[in-house]
Amino acid sequence: MSGPSTYVPKSALGRWFEERLPLGGLIHSSFVAYPTPRNLNYMWTFGGILSFMLAAQIVTGVVLAMHYTPEATLAFGSVEYVMRDVNFGWMLRYLHSNGASMFFAAAYLHILRGMYYGSYKAPREVLWLLGVVIFLLMFATAFMGYVLPWGNMSLWGAKVITSLFSAIPFVGDSITAWLWGGYSVDNPTLNRFFSLHYLLPFMIAGAVVLHVWALHVVGQNNPAGVEVKDVARDTVPFTPYATAKDGFAIVCFMIVYAWFVFYTPNYLGDADNYIKANALQTPAHIVPEWYFLPYYAILRSIPNKLLGVIALVAAVGITAFLPWLDTSQVRSGRFRPAFKLFFWLFVASAVGLGYLGAQEPTGGYVIASQILAVCYFGYFIVVLPVLGLVEKTKPVPPTIADSILPSPAPAE
Amino acid sequence: MIPSILRSLVRPLALCAAFALAAPAFAQQAEEQPIPTHQSWSFAGPFGRYDTAQLQRGFKVYKEVCSNCHALGIPFRTLSQPGGPEFSKGQVEALAATYQIDDVNDKGEAIKRPGRPADTIPWIFANKAAAAAAFGKAPPNMNLLAKARSFSDGFPWFVVNLFTQYQEQGPDWIYAILNGYSKPEDRKWNLYFPGHAIAMPSPLDSLFDPKTGKALNAGFYTDGTPVTKEQVSKDVAAFLMWAAEPSLDARKRIGFRVMAFLIAFAFLAYFTKKKVWSDVHAHA
Repeated sequence: MSGPSTYVPKSALGRWFEERLPLGGLIHSSFVAYPTPRNLNYMWTFGGILSFMLAAQIVTGVVLAMHYTPEATLAFGSVEYVMRDVNFGWMLRYLHSNGASMFFAAAYLHILRGMYYGSYKAPREVLWLLGVVIFLLMFATAFMGYVLPWGNMSLWGAKVITSLFSAIPFVGDSITAWLWGGYSVDNPTLNRFFSLHYLLPFMIAGAVVLHVWALHVVGQNNPAGVEVKDVARDTVPFTPYATAKDGFAIVCFMIVYAWFVFYTPNYLGDADNYIKANALQTPAHIVPEWYFLPYYAILRSIPNKLLGVIALVAAVGITAFLPWLDTSQVRSGRFRPAFKLFFWLFVASAVGLGYLGAQEPTGGYVIASQILAVCYFGYFIVVLPVLGLVEKTKPVPPTIADSILPSPAPAE
Repeated sequence: MIPSILRSLVRPLALCAAFALAAPAFAQQAEEQPIPTHQSWSFAGPFGRYDTAQLQRGFKVYKEVCSNCHALGIPFRTLSQPGGPEFSKGQVEALAATYQIDDVNDKGEAIKRPGRPADTIPWIFANKAAAAAAFGKAPPNMNLLAKARSFSDGFPWFVVNLFTQYQEQGPDWIYAILNGYSKPEDRKWNLYFPGHAIAMPSPLDSLFDPKTGKALNAGFYTDGTPVTKEQVSKDVAAFLMWAAEPSLDARKRIGFRVMAFLIAFAFLAYFTKKKVWSDVHAHA
């Protein structure tokens, strides 16, 4: 999409530097001149929102790490020290803990947008796969971050999730012991999780660079799902158009974020994590954070541990195969009436699984989780491959401009 | 192996039809245990602030009742912090001096010295094991109690709670427990405690007659506040909320400014975006 930069710095110093390292040209071609489809809706602002959240998490996290002590007997107290004695420490910590939830909320909306408008389809498969990699890294980062306050849910959550590896035949127990650095979740586990929790966000940042690069090679998808044919007619430059729109969306998103941080900072958290980790006292009800709940429900819906773990891994991993599972020739869901219905059923089943993941795994709840898990997987392995072959789609506009311009009287 | 795989795949499908019938059964699974009722708190909502006088009364309840078993684990100095009970510096120094703190002198000998504001309010027990030996189970530290106890209002109320900014589950829970000893003959039976068998016998029995509920010392409060069980439990619950979340006043005060700024900024950003895009739409 973006060709060689035509950017020429105004100052002599700028030109001198540009001849030696065309940094200005890179930024100019990526974030100023980059052509964006003119028909993007607000669902396309989540990329900018996610970049903002990644930066916010890294900044608050780096400062928190200056005050936090990753040691099993001191960690819980050091978080309370941040909350009580560090200047604005409560704000930093609430920004960071709620920031994780905001990050996931934006990521889920970003992913669902991609699924609805078929953004994973050719030629954007690598772009999509990089997104799956980022998503997996986010999972690992968030999970390990939740362990750091060393509350009782941190400890028992870590125990439940790391124990999943013990389901692997023959080597499972060895892998679990290796992850723990001992025979239970303890100080060595906390130390390595802190180290990795600091490392992974920078790996996310690296994957984001590749994700954006891939995006700029193939260009953005758009609600019409048709490729740019005429840059002048179908697109507008990134700056000022996308920057102004993303800027507005980011501020709106910050209002929601601020609501959580300043008014309901513990709404999404678990009260048990304000109890210091205690290996002898199991919480009445071990639940992960909300963003893991659908997967947790899928895990628990299968009574066999190994099969449950396989289902959990498959639930996340199957998203990587989306570009090849969806057989439809039409990219955007806008022109696929039957797809729309199934898409929203899929969203409803994921939300339903999220609700069930927070409930006690008994009787009716388990049965409901099983039904919804079948719906979840059914969307990927039955609906998408079959629907593309049998579905009757609506006519697709020939160009992006045609999809938004008032249709002129038929010329021919 | 194969039949179990089949069962796990087939069973949900077979039960799809029964789903609608199964739904009402969920409600019956809930244990018959009342959840605490929502009290009205001065620190609730977007403009909530702690009531200084209430926190001072709550501290008195803590000191006279709770501290006989529970550690608070916060420094004396915090009692004079803004947004807290706001005792004067002099009051806090005098209070701290009434405690004897374990320390080591410059010869390395273990000594006891009068407390200072920077000291943590000492616990009546030397350590957890001593407390556990006395009670069978160590009473929990109280500095986070109001955030470490919660309950769910269930669907759909937990969604509504986000919009009403309901974050007072902890103090509501503490209030409910203190008023949940409804059997005068069994002081370890609590209506609101999960399973009803609570290790802590009714702590307010030292202030109120278990049978009549009348105050044993009507002059317990010196500021004219009526000494009722409801009032005392509310005061101590509010105090424990402050102990758990001392930054609440500052948080909500700053939060209002942040919100006002962001909303104004959002309007500016919106009109900027509209202006920028106006020529595109004109051509469209």
